[in-house]
Amino acid sequence: MEALQNTLRETWHFYRRTLTLVAKGGKVYYAWCSLLLVIIFVGLVFYLRQHDAGLIATHMNDQVSWGLYIANFTYLVGAAAAAVLLVIPSYVYHFKPIKEIVVLGELFAASSIVMAILFVMVDLGRIDRFWHLIPFVGSMNFPQSLLAWDVLALNGYLFLNLLIPIYLLIKFYYHKEPNWKFILPFILLSIPMAVAIHTVTAFLYNGLPARPFWNASILAPRFLASAFCSGPAIIILIFQIIRKVSTVKLEDEALFKISELIGYAMFLNLFLLASELYKEYYSHTVHIEAFEYLFQGLHGHNQLVPWIWTAMAMNVTAFIIFLIPATRKRLLTLNLGCLLIIIGVWIEKGPGFVIPGFVPDPLGEIFEYVPNLLELMVSFGIWATGLLIFTLLMKVAIPIETGEFTHVGYVERTHRVEEERQAWKQISSGKF
Amino acid sequence: MARLHTADPGAQISFFLPYPSTMQKKYYTLLLLLLAGASFVPLAMGQNQEFPVSPPPLTEGIYPCTNCHAGMPVNTKKRELKEEHINIRLHHAETMRWCLDCHNAQNRDKLRLFNGELIGFSESYRLCGECHGPVFRDWKAGIHGKRTGYFFGGKRTYFLCANCHDPHEPKFRPIKPEPPPHHPMEDRNAK
Amino acid sequence: MRNKDFTRREFIRNLSLTALAGVSVPLLSSCTKEETEDFLQKHFREMTKEEKQGVIAKLEERYARQYGRKFQISTQEALPDTLWGYGLELSRCIGCRRCVYGCVKENNQSRRAPQLQWIRVLRLKRGSLINLENSEHYYSPDLVPEKGFIYLPVQCQQCQDPPCVKVCPVHATWQEPDGIVVVDYNWCIGCRYCIAACPYKGRVFNWAEPDIPREEVNPSVHYLGNRPRMKCAVEKCTFCIQRVRQGRYPACVEVCPTGTRKFGNLLDPNSEIRYIIDRKRVFRLKEDLNTESKFYYFFET
Repeated sequence: MEALQNTLRETWHFYRRTLTLVAKGGKVYYAWCSLLLVIIFVGLVFYLRQHDAGLIATHMNDQVSWGLYIANFTYLVGAAAAAVLLVIPSYVYHFKPIKEIVVLGELFAASSIVMAILFVMVDLGRIDRFWHLIPFVGSMNFPQSLLAWDVLALNGYLFLNLLIPIYLLIKFYYHKEPNWKFILPFILLSIPMAVAIHTVTAFLYNGLPARPFWNASILAPRFLASAFCSGPAIIILIFQIIRKVSTVKLEDEALFKISELIGYAMFLNLFLLASELYKEYYSHTVHIEAFEYLFQGLHGHNQLVPWIWTAMAMNVTAFIIFLIPATRKRLLTLNLGCLLIIIGVWIEKGPGFVIPGFVPDPLGEIFEYVPNLLELMVSFGIWATGLLIFTLLMKVAIPIETGEFTHVGYVERTHRVEEERQAWKQISSGKF
Repeated sequence: MARLHTADPGAQISFFLPYPSTMQKKYYTLLLLLLAGASFVPLAMGQNQEFPVSPPPLTEGIYPCTNCHAGMPVNTKKRELKEEHINIRLHHAETMRWCLDCHNAQNRDKLRLFNGELIGFSESYRLCGECHGPVFRDWKAGIHGKRTGYFFGGKRTYFLCANCHDPHEPKFRPIKPEPPPHHPMEDRNAK
Repeated sequence: MRNKDFTRREFIRNLSLTALAGVSVPLLSSCTKEETEDFLQKHFREMTKEEKQGVIAKLEERYARQYGRKFQISTQEALPDTLWGYGLELSRCIGCRRCVYGCVKENNQSRRAPQLQWIRVLRLKRGSLINLENSEHYYSPDLVPEKGFIYLPVQCQQCQDPPCVKVCPVHATWQEPDGIVVVDYNWCIGCRYCIAACPYKGRVFNWAEPDIPREEVNPSVHYLGNRPRMKCAVEKCTFCIQRVRQGRYPACVEVCPTGTRKFGNLLDPNSEIRYIIDRKRVFRLKEDLNTESKFYYFFET
């Protein structure tokens, strides 16, 4: 009991101190946060309009009933799953260069999951009935509905990716050794959980025989392969930014190791895509129509065609960059490759995956969906929310990781401040 | 020896005797005929089955036909009518039949079946069914044509053949369809 | 000095907490009693009889206010030993769409923004009947039927193994004992997973508050069927649940001018639909998906 009370007091003290960390920063920090807050505010204003009028304020309709929101959701779940590519080298293989940044990677996964959950919530028609999804309080359709599985998996993964880094950070703050017997099982659990969240997301598309574009066994492996390209690519870019704005020691070797893994994942992604294309184009059944819509255009409707071919070009170029060690190990080409992958996979997995599932619809109708301004603004708002959360988490995590922000330092500082205050008191009372 | 009563008690007593008297013969014949007649009833059931039909679609004022035809001479020669009923165009096996093959010549209020039986207009389905057998079978089962009302627990109404098909010109004319659904984004732009 | 610091810090803390409380009180109380009741309403299948009656009374009062008519809202349960089946004679459909609009009037569907129709009539070229990819939805000739085409109306097939029921994350849609798949409109969260899962496009979504003209509203409704819905709830054909459970034909059956549509109880060997299945060549759409649809299409012989 005493130990629990102590832990709670320490955690509360830690939390209060982090508020000071978050509130103070340089000019760039304030500018960045203000920009994000503006985008979030704009997104919120647009969302309120959608909440008021109903989803008719978007461009979704009965034919294409999922759009930009669910496209972003799919991509972000994949990005979150990518944290596992940091966890495995650090905790299973004890690869030191990555071990230093694994906590930051897990916090990135947490921000990504928050964004994914927010995208689902804005897509719900009746967000006030969200409580119907809570097990036992509402009536969750578990285990039949894959969305129920997804809710559980995403929240479980979010919990893990908040518990583990925060626990470790608090321990670092207090210069105490983490209780590995307690935390290691959670860490090891997060590895299959990462695979699980993206598999469940893939299964929720996979299990619909009404949509032949999605009803392919290859979907879950494709999702994982593309997730393990795009997530680490984002991580590589973000960590270089972190390295620039803080004193975190991030060796190039960590980045190159991650990029190797991206190379393998991208190969798998391309191979699985080729398998799907072969199956559809060689068998040439009626179900090829969705692929035709995506890659060639169907009955004159070809809005997505330039997008998907750009994505293909980006993916193949990035694969070559990551394949050749010379380009992989040069930061300039590495960053270019990462950017190409991030955008290419977003197109392929977001709009290039969700929309062709609805074209043509089960009764053969073709409707070309284009997101409208409201959907774009709300999406930007949510991305900004995720980035803001990540920024604030980094603002706390990095000083702890580098050792600037510790409890010992706090104690010493308050002690010094207290001494000064006592001195002033004496001086002011002594003078008069 | 007692004298027999002149009121012929023998008739009453001998009613129960095995050997029939003249009176008994009459009774037995009547009973036999009755039973014979009754045995036909199940056979006739099919033909005389009642259906809850809607009223026949007769033009206002045209029925009863005998209002005009009671005093008219009957001309059974096949011809094109020039003076009355000129709005009726016969386009229903007209090379093989004409008006008086279905309408009874002597009593215009009735229709005539092949076997000469006369039926009312509310039983006209029997006439149609003489040629259109499979459809008639389906109609009787309730799967051809239209029924409204209740299929259990209340009154169900069968529409007569003539309620949908004009017996003189039965081919359906094409009709104007209702408007197509709005295109998916049509409403949004209007709003 | 130290005490002063504490007091200042405490003061700021107290002030901010009071401000937060002050803001939240009007925010919370802006939820009217009606909205709070709606928010907390239970799932239809978990309600007791009294709770159902309370909900019905609340809805009747609300509809009277909104439409100026007295509504009769039924919660009649499924009749015993019934499994509703539907027959559609493709040799007779002329594509006139009177079934579509008859259904719209009977079932209080939104007329515009969005326009919701539970029945969709497809026009198919003769020669490839079931290749739905070649269907035309928006045909608008002067007269129907057009030469060289067949018309195929499609609506919710009330599948015996419904994919939509499987995927709903909150049990807002389920299959009643008499085979009708229904939606509790007050429980649906609007995620539209069921719309993605339906192979027949049987379900549509209220993208906004439905627009029903006051003079055309149909006041005899069923809670799970044609009562006026609200925005962001899914709806679909219910075989006119308000009619069939009292023995009346669905509206589309009654309004069809060519007698194309048939209806009956699959468990009654003397019903019209059983007659059809026993004697006609019936088929169902997309049978390879194993949904066990109850909508039988057939031809005359």
